[in-house]
Amino acid sequence: MGYPHPSHPKETVVLSQYFGDAGARTYDGWVERGGYAALRKALGMTREALIEEVKASGLRGRGGAGFPTGLKWSFMPKEVVRPHYLVCNADESEPGTFKDREIMRWTPHALIEGCAVAAYAIGAERCYIYIRGEFTEPWRIMSAAVEEAYARGGLGGNALGSGKRVDIVLHRGAGAYICGEETAMMNSLEGKRGNPRIKPPFPAVSGVFGMPTTINNVETLAAVPHIINRGAAWYKSLCLGNPKSTGTKLISICGHIQRPGNYEVTMGTPLKEILYDMAGGPRPGRTIKAVIPGGSSVPIMTRDEAEAALFDYEGIVEKGSMLGSAGLIVMDDTTDMVYQIWRLARFYAHESCAQCTQCREGTAWTTKVLERILAGKGKQADFQLLLDLSENMTGKTICVLSDSCAAPVVSGIQKFRSEFEAYMAGSREPAMAAV
Amino acid sequence: MADELVNVTIEGMTLSVPKGTTIIEAAKQAGVLVPHYCYHPSLPSPAVCRMCLVEVEKAPKLMPACVTAVAEGQVVHVNSDTAKQAREGVLEFLLINHPLDCPICDQSGECELQDYVFQEGRAGTRYQEYAKRYNPVEDFGQDILYVPNRCILCTRCVRFMDDVAHAPILNVSERGDRAFIGISESQRLDHPWAGNVVDLCPVGSLLSKDFLHKARAWDLDKTASVCPGCTQGCNINIDTRDDVVVRIRPRPNVEVNRHFICDYGRMNYRWMNRGDRIEAPLVRDGARHVATDWDTALARLEQVLRGASGSAVILASGRASTESLGLVRRLLERFTVTAALQVPLGDEAPLAGIPDLALRRERAPNLVGGQLLGYSADWTSALRQAASAAVVVVLDADLTPADQAALAGAPGVVVVLGTVLPDGLRDAELVLPVTTMAEENGTYVNRDRRIQRFLQAKSQPGMARPAWWVAGEVLAGPGPSADAPSTAAEAFQMLGEWWPVFAGLTHADLGFTGRVVGSAAPAAAVGGMAR
Repeated sequence: MGYPHPSHPKETVVLSQYFGDAGARTYDGWVERGGYAALRKALGMTREALIEEVKASGLRGRGGAGFPTGLKWSFMPKEVVRPHYLVCNADESEPGTFKDREIMRWTPHALIEGCAVAAYAIGAERCYIYIRGEFTEPWRIMSAAVEEAYARGGLGGNALGSGKRVDIVLHRGAGAYICGEETAMMNSLEGKRGNPRIKPPFPAVSGVFGMPTTINNVETLAAVPHIINRGAAWYKSLCLGNPKSTGTKLISICGHIQRPGNYEVTMGTPLKEILYDMAGGPRPGRTIKAVIPGGSSVPIMTRDEAEAALFDYEGIVEKGSMLGSAGLIVMDDTTDMVYQIWRLARFYAHESCAQCTQCREGTAWTTKVLERILAGKGKQADFQLLLDLSENMTGKTICVLSDSCAAPVVSGIQKFRSEFEAYMAGSREPAMAAV
Repeated sequence: MADELVNVTIEGMTLSVPKGTTIIEAAKQAGVLVPHYCYHPSLPSPAVCRMCLVEVEKAPKLMPACVTAVAEGQVVHVNSDTAKQAREGVLEFLLINHPLDCPICDQSGECELQDYVFQEGRAGTRYQEYAKRYNPVEDFGQDILYVPNRCILCTRCVRFMDDVAHAPILNVSERGDRAFIGISESQRLDHPWAGNVVDLCPVGSLLSKDFLHKARAWDLDKTASVCPGCTQGCNINIDTRDDVVVRIRPRPNVEVNRHFICDYGRMNYRWMNRGDRIEAPLVRDGARHVATDWDTALARLEQVLRGASGSAVILASGRASTESLGLVRRLLERFTVTAALQVPLGDEAPLAGIPDLALRRERAPNLVGGQLLGYSADWTSALRQAASAAVVVVLDADLTPADQAALAGAPGVVVVLGTVLPDGLRDAELVLPVTTMAEENGTYVNRDRRIQRFLQAKSQPGMARPAWWVAGEVLAGPGPSADAPSTAAEAFQMLGEWWPVFAGLTHADLGFTGRVVGSAAPAAAVGGMAR
């Protein structure tokens, strides 16, 4: 649903059915709403069958990378020799994204059930849910739900009476965006500094505590019980665009839009419908100028590109950006694009873990160049400088944080060059004082 | 264990290396240096500096050579345009916050940042109007200063303390370009091996207070040597400037000390610069000593020995070379010899992450060498014997005033082969100036029976000569000394004639990593060596 707005008819309500329904938070309430049936069913299936079902559904990682989930699960060793772990990535920190918090706030047991099924499928007896430190309300709600699930026998040494062990441990983050990166998350879980690791080794070989690990996003895991209940074929049929993008996606829309909120759509829905029909379009008298579709780490789209795009992984790529986590940031014609790009660059500079030279220094330098431009001191040479820095920051680091900083900068210069030039020419008032 | 070999082409050269070798190590074998900062062969590799990115054909991105293993048929370009551009980018990024401290920075002249920027960095900066981040200098404790402004966050120091010293005192604090190497307020860097972080630091960020502003790297002469601190026998380089030892640094030896030395050995060099040396041979003339030439002194020594018989005692410094210990021992062959080595004791301090590497209790570098030559470590017993011996030879031992007084009162002839004049032995028959290990070539045998060469690092003061030369001259007899050894190598070979454990070995055989002797050898005897 476009919570806090009522569901729009064009939405496909699956994960968001009980957003706003406080009764869904309790164990009994969830069972009443059909919960824990999927877990019961899954515990009676073989691991292989579960993995095949999820593979067949076409479910892809909803955290941003879009990696086929069933395939990721199949990377885990077939035999459990060393302990396997599932990690649920609830560190939702991507600017513009606020869907996972809703899943945890309104339907905590959906996540618990999804984690339990996934843990069982990959041969893990323990699942760590890494919740971003700032999510105090979701934390409270998830803690209570996990406690209840244990008390009611849904979790523990004899999950739902199956004789199989499923444990969930909640872990709080401490305020670092980089801990949302899967390998940094594993380091953080181990009590170390949240630095991303080099891959190889991949988590399925050596992950948390050096053991085979799978990391999945909250939304991905929340979708799993639905696939078990209604079948892979059903999930696969939810597809309006490219057949490789199936199921539903929770889109967090914010910015210059009439009805910001979370909207659940079938993959492949035209982005134009999402923006104008479901979310109500721009504010009165305004036109949309730019859209960042995937959370801030993807190239900026112009209105034309956005209006022509189908909202699935391939559709957005076709229009020059990426679906990412589907945190849609809408900017209308009052927006100062240079300022917004600076604000994003400042975010990345603040969050860089400082391992890789290009990211550590490049994000900060990019921010400073943009500040000078905003202060009216920019020059033509700054274009090439920013593009050079972005080139050096792309594809050369352990993780993609520096790539993420480069994306809005490169696309911004490409598509909104005139706004930069206005600052440089002095035809626009400086937006900040020079340092 | 047969290693599967992999064929790889690096910079046009094809070579075969064991499976699992990283590209950076394989490149070394091809004679190609892949520029790097955070990589170090004795540390776990995190691939964070991004300097070592190389172009691998068919790979979608540049690959970090320090963690990417070679694959069959791989073709690697280290100096292609894309790789060089990437490196130029990294160097540019490193320099934007790096202060232009070269004129006042200790590392200048041996700085890896200088080296690579000069080689392939940009000629001018584009970071002109912005302030560099600033943090004040920190005293990390003991000998280490940290200059955060110069730090390039390679994290070698953190990884050394974590993974090699097993003492996680250092960390990386803060994020982004605000990051720096942190140390908790309640801790200091007072680990006995902490000084290695100064060597590991590629730039002048971690500095030795002992060496601070002491000498310029390009003024230094570097000599391969062996640490005279204990029986571990770590390989070192002695850095001198104008004939004064100013610094000791580790020399890599995979078998002995990898890339490290302990702080005790590192600081143990000031004695090499002592100025109060005996500079000429002294012979007793009544109640006083008279300086004379070597011919006269050697003749007197020969005469003294010829006129004595019975027991002899050698009191030798633990720092005496194998050649000196051997030839002096041989000189007294006619006597019943008690030979002892002075071995001060201290606390052991292992380097936890490296097997068999520690500052040893026995603070004598040639204890094992001495033992192979018949010297014991029983100092007190030898001193007691000296009270009644016919001849006592003091080979640069450090005698207390009480010991000197006891010797002075003894009936036997006392011959001192020394570096510093022992005040209490004013009636020694002969006081002959000898060189320290820093002033001569020679060998030590470490606790694993590894014989290792050390080279002369500074010139001999006055008329000082190596002790093996003194003994060798007397052994050869007067007249044209055809048989006397004129080099340490010759002296070493002579040892083989009398002690089978050294037979058949030459200095050249030892190279600069040494050779282990006398371990359980298989049946075949080599050239009469019966052990």
